[in-house]
Amino acid sequence: MGSSIDLIFKIAGVGILVAVLNAILKHAGKEEQGHLVTLAGLAIVFMWVIQLLANLFDQVKSVFKLF
Amino acid sequence: MDIMQIVAIGLIATVLIVVVKSQRPELGVLLSLVAGIIIFLLVLGKIGSIMDVIMDLTARAEINMVYLGTILKIIGIAYIAEFGAQISRDAGESAVATKIEFAAKIMIMVLAVPMIVAVLQMLLKLVP
Repeated sequence: MGSSIDLIFKIAGVGILVAVLNAILKHAGKEEQGHLVTLAGLAIVFMWVIQLLANLFDQVKSVFKLF
Repeated sequence: MDIMQIVAIGLIATVLIVVVKSQRPELGVLLSLVAGIIIFLLVLGKIGSIMDVIMDLTARAEINMVYLGTILKIIGIAYIAEFGAQISRDAGESAVATKIEFAAKIMIMVLAVPMIVAVLQMLLKLVP
């Protein structure tokens, strides 16, 4: 279970990092790169979350015998 | 004590979601999704052991296992659909949430039809 609790901190870290980078890039007048950073952060987090979601669905399937 | 762990995860996740959501709402949604999944996974093991006990009791009472399997599937569908619908509703997409719930109701109805037919057949046998 330890690794999945790490995921909460990882996602919060990505969120804060993206917010800071966005603010810096906006200040430097590079808003389109800020959008790209946002998109990249979202994609990375999505990869992690989808793996966890697949794990959850597998476990629910095996517990409730939904095949 | 698992409950302490779950409450701690919930509180930490809540604080982090409040911090992240003000800057990046989409990551806030993913964060609440992950917190929900982790708590669900922690509880799922317990649900599994409860289900084992119920199955044991059913086998001892000599009730047909098919009916219990259907009930288990219905409970599983209800849990997972409720989970998805709540996340969607939390993110402000209550239209999607309502559609998830609608789909779950249809799936449950499909599973329940054989049981309804069995009850009706039993009634027909009783009525001369």
